[in-house]
Amino acid sequence: MLIGKKSDITPSEITPQSVYQDRRQFIKAAGFGLLATAAAGYGLLPQHAWAAAEQRKKITGYAKTAYGADEKLTPYDDVTTYNNYYEFGTSKSDPEEHSKLFKPTPWSVAIEGEVKNPRTVNLEDLLKIAPLEERIYRMRCVEGWSMVIPWIGLPLAQLIKWAEPTANAKFVEFVTLEDSLRMPGARMPILDWPYTEGLRMDEAMNPLTILAVGLYGEVLPNQNGAPIRLVVPWKYGFKGAKAIVKIRFRETMPQTTWVKAGPREYGFYANVNPTVDHPRWTQASERRIGGSVFSPRIKTQMFNGYAEQVAHLYSGMDLRKNF
Amino acid sequence: MLPPNRQQLGLIKAGLFLLALIPLARLLWLGMHDDLGANPIEFIERSTGTWALVMLLVTLSFTPLRLLTGTAWPVQLRRMAGLFMFFYACLHITTYVWLDHWFDWPEIGKDIIKHPYVLVGFVAFVLSVPLALTSSNAMIKRLRQRWKTLHRLVYLVAIFAVLHFWWLVKKDITEPMLYALVLAALLAIRLVFSLRKRKGQMV
Repeated sequence: MLIGKKSDITPSEITPQSVYQDRRQFIKAAGFGLLATAAAGYGLLPQHAWAAAEQRKKITGYAKTAYGADEKLTPYDDVTTYNNYYEFGTSKSDPEEHSKLFKPTPWSVAIEGEVKNPRTVNLEDLLKIAPLEERIYRMRCVEGWSMVIPWIGLPLAQLIKWAEPTANAKFVEFVTLEDSLRMPGARMPILDWPYTEGLRMDEAMNPLTILAVGLYGEVLPNQNGAPIRLVVPWKYGFKGAKAIVKIRFRETMPQTTWVKAGPREYGFYANVNPTVDHPRWTQASERRIGGSVFSPRIKTQMFNGYAEQVAHLYSGMDLRKNF
Repeated sequence: MLPPNRQQLGLIKAGLFLLALIPLARLLWLGMHDDLGANPIEFIERSTGTWALVMLLVTLSFTPLRLLTGTAWPVQLRRMAGLFMFFYACLHITTYVWLDHWFDWPEIGKDIIKHPYVLVGFVAFVLSVPLALTSSNAMIKRLRQRWKTLHRLVYLVAIFAVLHFWWLVKKDITEPMLYALVLAALLAIRLVFSLRKRKGQMV
C-alpha cells in the first residue's frame, strides 16, 4: 500500500546529523541571536545575557571543600568571556561568542589503551564514579594572566581506579573533540587537531587533579570546555584539555598539541615556574584577571602555589630542561 | 581633480585630526563605563599599539599614493599622521611602564633586554623620538638635506614595529601578517619607482 509507506530517506541522510539533531536549538538560538543582537545594539539588553539565560543550569548535590576557601574568586563574567579555546577561535572573546550553538549532550568518553577493559562510558555514568566536589583553584595561563575559579568535578584518581589500568600504563593521554562543523575555529589549521594533552601517571593520580564538569555551582559553560575538562592547577592552563572524548592509558609519553606546535616554547610538563621564562616573555609575574586598570601584577609562585602538594613529583628533575 | 585651496585643506586637516582621536575617545569611553573586558590593561596596550601601527602605515602611504596616482597634495597631511603615530606610541609605552609594570624599572629593563619582541618595540619607539622632535618647519629648514636622511629612520621604525607585533603573537599570526603585507607593499612601490627612475637616468 502506498499511502502508509515510509520515506526511504531519513532526515539524517539529508542533513548532517549534528545539525539535524540540533535544529530546534539552532533555530531558537539563531532567532534569539538576531533579536538579542538588535536589542544589545540599542542598549536594551546587556550583551550575551540571552545566551547565559539559555544555558546556565545549577548543579545540585556537590560537596564544598577547603581547597582555596580563602581565595578571592574571579568574577563569573570574566571566567566565561576571556578564554583560550582555539577550536572556537583564537581571540579571547571568540569561545564565548562562537560556542553558543554547541550542544555538549549526549556525550560519552572512550577509555582506551592500557586498561583491563577498554570501554565507552556515558557522561551520566561517568559522573556516578565519584561524588562531585567543589575545588577553588588558581589558574595560571602560560601567557601571564591568572584567575581563581570555583570548579566542580571529580578527582581524576577516582576515574583511573575505576578504569583499572594495567601495569604498563605510565601516562594518561586526553584526546578532545575534533568537530569542525560545530567548532568553527577547528576549520583553521592553527593547531594540529584534535587538541591532545597528557599527564604522567603520578601527576594524574595526584589528589589536586580533577575532571571538571561545572563552575560557580553551574554546569560547565561551553566556552570553558563543556561537558568535561581537565584541571591541573599547578600547571599552565593549556594542560587543561577541554571537551574530552578519549582517555587513553599509555606506556609512552604522548605527543601533546602545544609541544608539537612549539617544542622550544612549550614542554610536556608545563609546570608553573617563575624562574623559567617563556622564550618570548616573562613568567616571573602575572596579571590577576578581575582587577582594575590600576591593579598591579602579582608575583607568580612556584607550582602556582601548590608546591607542598606536588613538588615531590619532580624531585631530582631539572625543571629548566623539563619545562 | 584640483588640489584643495588653503581653506579646504584646513578643513581636511581638522577632519583628520578628529578622526585620529576616535581610538583614544573610544578607550576613554569604554574605561569610564568599565567596559574594557576581563583584562583592561592588555586591552589598552593592544589598542594603543595597534593604532600607532595603523598611523605609521598611513604616514608611509602618502608617497606611494603620489607615485601611483600623481596626486601630491595629500602629503601635506603626512606630518599630522606621523605625529599621531608618535602620540599613540607614547600612550602605548606609558601603559606598559605605568599600568602594566608600575614603574618597576629593574623589571622593565630585564624585560627589554631578555625578550626580543619587547626589545624591537622599544627600539622602534626610541628611533621615532628624533623624528617627532624634528617635525617642525623650523627644524626642516635648519637640517635641510640631513632632515631627509634622518627621517628615513621611519622605515626602520616600521619594520621593527611590525616585528614587535609578529613576535608577541602566540600562534595565530593572521593579524601581524596583514600589517606586514601592507608595509611590504608600501615599501615595494617605493623601490620599484626608485629603480625605474635610476634606469631612466642611466639611459
